[in-house]
Amino acid sequence: MIVKPRRDKAWLGVLPVLLIVAFSAVVPLMTVVNYSVQDVLDFNTRFFVGLEWYEATLTDPRFQAAFFRQLAFSATILIIEIPLGILVARGIPRTSKYTGLIIVLLAIPLLIPWNVVGTIWQLFARSDIGLLGVVLNSVGIDYNYTSNPADAWVTLVAMDVWHWTSLVALLSFAGLSAIPPAFYQAAEIDGAGSWQIFRFVELPRLRSVLVIAVLLRLMDSFMIYTEPFVLTGGGPGNTTTFLSQYLATMAVGQFDLGPAAAFSVVYFLFTLLFCWLFYTSVIREDDG
Amino acid sequence: MAWMAWTGPTLVFFSSIGIALVIMTLWEIRSPTRLRRGFLPISTTRGDRFFISLLSAAFIHLLWLGIIGQDVWLASLLAITWAWILMRWG
Repeated sequence: MIVKPRRDKAWLGVLPVLLIVAFSAVVPLMTVVNYSVQDVLDFNTRFFVGLEWYEATLTDPRFQAAFFRQLAFSATILIIEIPLGILVARGIPRTSKYTGLIIVLLAIPLLIPWNVVGTIWQLFARSDIGLLGVVLNSVGIDYNYTSNPADAWVTLVAMDVWHWTSLVALLSFAGLSAIPPAFYQAAEIDGAGSWQIFRFVELPRLRSVLVIAVLLRLMDSFMIYTEPFVLTGGGPGNTTTFLSQYLATMAVGQFDLGPAAAFSVVYFLFTLLFCWLFYTSVIREDDG
Repeated sequence: MAWMAWTGPTLVFFSSIGIALVIMTLWEIRSPTRLRRGFLPISTTRGDRFFISLLSAAFIHLLWLGIIGQDVWLASLLAITWAWILMRWG
């Protein structure tokens, strides 16, 4: 049998994407790495300092605190948003005439810009004029997100859950809608209850959309900046200062471009590591 | 290219990665990779193992910088050894 040589030119099709990614991501990243090993006094006066800024970043207690705060925030919102999103998706009727309306209503928080979300919650949660703050204080709960770190954290998490659970719900709903009715009929014949249907019919088929949902939320929450900046400004003290806010203060506020570049590279590597670990853990399950 | 603020060491660093990628591409054309299972808990291709090597090297250096200091020659040696082990048996 003669095997025809494979002349697969399809990879040429990805060249435009490669060029765009090189221009928008690779070249800027290389520039940041170049800055990270220099002390930049102005754009024409720079001194090579080796790995000094990396050492300074990694041993900086404020960086370490912001990093663990960031991890805690991402873990908290994922633990809440993923199950809640699935629960909401399971509650949406799949064949009702109201399904479209429910989906549109669910999508509304996703359409609101980040700084507007921060402003909405800043007003909503104020203890003097905000609906949430006033109601909580009137029922005897001493709530003030501007002076109490725990209140600031609860407000931030609630704001993120309000803003982004819809995304998980919509993705999960799309996944649930793709399950053929025959699967439910078979489960019903077998006498499966609601939990068993979820565990053995729905959850395995939701996995690919949940991977996307978790990855999106993980990356986005790990880079969160605008909402906490508008709501708490990183306070009280530094209790809600996350990595991106600390980085912005360093790069834009203090114009410490060298240390900020080293910070950015470390930040990028951790984001890359978490996404890769998560992705790999999913692949590993697929491998069996 | 002045706006990219190149320095000698970063030029060598990125050139090394670029050359490694070119070598990997040529190697792939000459002898296409196969998914295989080594000591890593996942099946990997040669490119996967190369990516894991680069990521590991970055974190070995970060750990070294955070715990020991700026003299990273030993960390580099460790990263190269680990990369070789990964590519060979990973």
